[in-house]
Amino acid sequence: MEIGVCVKRVPMVGGTIVLTPDGQEVDTRMSGFTISPHEECAVEEAVRITERLGGTVSVLTLGPAVAAEQLRDALALGAGRAVLLETDGAGWGPIATAAAIADEVRRRAEAGSGYDLLLLGNEAADTGDYQVGVRVAHLLGWPCVTGIKHIEFTEGGLRAGREYRGVSETFDLSLPAVVTVKEGINLPRYPSLPGRLRAKRAQIEVYPVSPAPEGLRTQGLRVPAATRQQARIIGTGVEAVPALVGLLDELGVLS
Amino acid sequence: MNDTPVRASAVIIGAGIVGNSLVYHLARLGWRDLVLVDKGPMPNPGGSTGHASNFIFPIEYSKMMMELTSDSTEQYIELGVFTRSGGIEVARTPERMTELRRRCTQAKSWGIPAEVIPPERVAELVPYLDPSVILGGGYFPTVGVVDSLRAGTLMREQAEQMGALTVLAGTEVTGIETVPGGRRSAVRAVRTSAGEIETSHVVICCGVWSPRVARMAGARLALTPTVHQMISVGPIGLFAGTVGEISYPIVRDVDENMYERQHGGDMEVGSYAHRPIIVSPDEIPSIEEAALSPTELPFTADDFDPQLAKALELMPELLGDEKAGIRYAINGLISMTPDGHPLLGEMPEVAGLWSAAASWIKEGPGCGRAVAEMMSGSVPTVDVHEADAARFWPGQLTVAHVRDRAREAFNKMYGIVHPAEQWESGRPSRLSPFYSRERELGAVFFETAGWERPFWYGSNERLLERYAGRLMPREAEWESRWWSPIINAEHLAMRETCGLIDLSAFAVLDVTGPAALTAMQSIAVAQLDVPAGRVVYTPFLDAEGGFRADLTVMRLGEQWFRVVTGGATGMSDAKWIVDHLPPDAVLTDLSSAWSTLGLWGPRARAVLASVTSDDVSHEGFAFGTCRPIEVGGVMVLASRISYVGELGWELHVPMESGAVLWDLLWEAGQPHALVPVGIGVYGTTGRLEKGYRAFGAELTPEYSIVEAGMARPKVKAAPFLGKEAYLRQRESAPTAVLCTLTVDDPAASGGPLRYMLGGEPILGPDGQCLADAKGRPSYVTSAGSGPSVGKHLLMAYLPPEHARVGNRLAVECMGEPFGVSVAVAGSAPLFDPDNSRIRS
Repeated sequence: MEIGVCVKRVPMVGGTIVLTPDGQEVDTRMSGFTISPHEECAVEEAVRITERLGGTVSVLTLGPAVAAEQLRDALALGAGRAVLLETDGAGWGPIATAAAIADEVRRRAEAGSGYDLLLLGNEAADTGDYQVGVRVAHLLGWPCVTGIKHIEFTEGGLRAGREYRGVSETFDLSLPAVVTVKEGINLPRYPSLPGRLRAKRAQIEVYPVSPAPEGLRTQGLRVPAATRQQARIIGTGVEAVPALVGLLDELGVLS
Repeated sequence: MNDTPVRASAVIIGAGIVGNSLVYHLARLGWRDLVLVDKGPMPNPGGSTGHASNFIFPIEYSKMMMELTSDSTEQYIELGVFTRSGGIEVARTPERMTELRRRCTQAKSWGIPAEVIPPERVAELVPYLDPSVILGGGYFPTVGVVDSLRAGTLMREQAEQMGALTVLAGTEVTGIETVPGGRRSAVRAVRTSAGEIETSHVVICCGVWSPRVARMAGARLALTPTVHQMISVGPIGLFAGTVGEISYPIVRDVDENMYERQHGGDMEVGSYAHRPIIVSPDEIPSIEEAALSPTELPFTADDFDPQLAKALELMPELLGDEKAGIRYAINGLISMTPDGHPLLGEMPEVAGLWSAAASWIKEGPGCGRAVAEMMSGSVPTVDVHEADAARFWPGQLTVAHVRDRAREAFNKMYGIVHPAEQWESGRPSRLSPFYSRERELGAVFFETAGWERPFWYGSNERLLERYAGRLMPREAEWESRWWSPIINAEHLAMRETCGLIDLSAFAVLDVTGPAALTAMQSIAVAQLDVPAGRVVYTPFLDAEGGFRADLTVMRLGEQWFRVVTGGATGMSDAKWIVDHLPPDAVLTDLSSAWSTLGLWGPRARAVLASVTSDDVSHEGFAFGTCRPIEVGGVMVLASRISYVGELGWELHVPMESGAVLWDLLWEAGQPHALVPVGIGVYGTTGRLEKGYRAFGAELTPEYSIVEAGMARPKVKAAPFLGKEAYLRQRESAPTAVLCTLTVDDPAASGGPLRYMLGGEPILGPDGQCLADAKGRPSYVTSAGSGPSVGKHLLMAYLPPEHARVGNRLAVECMGEPFGVSVAVAGSAPLFDPDNSRIRS
């Protein structure tokens, strides 16, 4: 099974987001970078599938040279190959991004080891466009399902499941396919020391890309007014126990 | 949420280990109406305490740090939050094995259990460590881990239970209000996000934020946040059944600047090996902005990656387990200072503004206690003068200097650092007017308080041949570091002809005004009600009779005293004096206005007489006097004293005329074989032969004037600080006697000749470390060559029964005993015991 996983380097932020003075970007001087929780799950899912069925996980990202950091993080978790579609650092919209990824998928297929499955996170952690997965599938003419929290393989295909408004939905897809997954599909592992060392040594394939004309352009960022949540003290010491139990019951974590 | 009090006896900012400890100790000492403020939530407001690895090694490179750590450990044990695990520093190199032997010897001096063990024994104690990659280890069985957050909570709660404390969590300090005062401003109030609190005492316990808070009051703290990387790997199969936090010794892989410490089911791996990453206090993200906490910055994996291989090499199976993941990884912020010591005490800029900053977990409760004691007007249990928040001269407080030194110190955290090792960064900083002349003479410069001071002169290499056979050359590499036989040649030349010594690093402090005499009398042990023109050598004591300073005072006029003290202690001494000045006396720091040359040796008078028409005869210029003399066109304040035991003068000259004076003396000295002499002679060989004591080495708050052998026959009638204690000390026999010892045979070990450098334990006839009746171990306080007496000299406090001239004892050096003999018990000089040279 050849699986491609698409990830995106995004700022790691706390409760309050600080913007650069020009309002064009998130101020990342003191924050690190990461990928979205959905994408972490996509990497984990892909690694688990290849551990079970054999094959390779290729992790792909479109971004500046420093995005190699996120590729190595995925390599440390068990991805076997990493591809950097290197940009000059400018922001890319979903149309251009999808086009570049589709090109890479085609290139891979022409090389004779095309992907059977392309996994993405349901949406990027920063822009939240919810578009790249669907657009890539459309460009490739592959079937696509989104918001997936369960994957299993069937004869010649894949069965994907999700919860939607209280209803369980199950889809059968033929391969190759594009699946965008949601946090909760699995519990991602942590990198091991040997994994991290392997990742450090691994070669990353780099393909420079230039942006295609794009319909969407970022005008600027604005931090919405915070809704300050007041903590509520439900009691102290032993007296707090009934209130606490009530609260946990309400949250449905006691059964 | 507590209501904000309108008024407080003291506002303590920061609820980390130090702030919590401080409020507890203040409450215990009787303080009430205390307020502890932190912008974060309890019990972990987000400072460095929250991410500390929380382990404590009892061994340190500095005695003060060792004592603070020891006091802190006792407090943690008392609070029930200490778990003993043992700890091992492993050696990968022969140099490190040697260092571990030195370290274990040092530990012995301080009564800390320690032993050098072979790789197999390390592997017995730490079964997951591969013994083939190490040569051995230094085992410290009393190492342990603490729960610092729990300790802080317990101490804070005890202060609350005593009714002494209001805690304001989630409250940010936005300003510190001061009022102008006579000499400096004073704290009036603290502004917070929850209102203003009127107070006359504010304590900054803000860890990495401390400089930012100090600036609110217009003060500076020499501290910078610095990144220390740490990861936590788990679950570790071997640790699965662990009850509690730790069951295996902590390993410090010192050659790789790393540590590995079990934490429950995980292994924490920390590193000081990565590039120094300095952060500005203003860049630290707020609690809201931080992804983890403000002091747990995002991990930069690239910096840590090289260390993973090293950790894996040491613990291949345990850390190589594919199922164990890196579950937590941070760039943790820690506080670093230019000299590695905390910043404790009242700040010189603002009265009532206190610092208890730059303390790590291992010394936190000790620092809290010390500052609480100082705030209460008592002498701190641990002598913390080396951590005095007032110790820096202005250049050392600059951001550039603090960062330079933090950067340089970072990778030396676990380094093999020689006691005389010099800093490389941020130099030169202060240059005497003689600097260019000294450079021409090939001076090798060491730094003190920013000053470049010649330790010896390359131009004196020619003397080596002349004094061959008397130079006590050092065969062992360690002792030969930061040393030259030229020092001993300069010493012999000075004793034979005369030497010129640059003493510009002196701090020069003038105390003037109608109350100058009363002020000086009230802090000095010696009689200062002397005629103008007298020079008096005197200690200052603390209230309990311990040494606080050791310096000379020139009376220059009815209302005019000039204090001359060491550069390293100058800023602290200045604050001590200011703190005790009555309103109508003023201290002026003239250190940067006056430079000093020492001219000493049998021919010093001849040299000086040839350039001055003033009377410098023995009768005309008596020992212990000072007065202005004309040297060419330069007015020089000459002071006839000596720290090297020779006839001569300290020649104080305005900075701008220094070079002229040097040239005049140099020229005049040529017919008399004048040699430039470095601080190697002034600070060590010259003084040791004369039995002169040094502040910080022999003279510490731990020992009394009587024990130091410096008690004069009479005590002055005027009251002075520490007098009552001093009078009591005089009434009973001393518990220890400061002695000068000579090393019988430096070749005793059969290896290369060994010369002790200081800190080594003194062993009794039974081979055990000597200790006095108060439990104070005997160790070498100062060590150095005595070229004129042909012996390596040591000073040490000995129990009285051992302090007999001729008594044979031993000193332990590199794990081997060397025979020593008591040469002097008390303060009599070994060289020229009648002081005929000084008084000739």
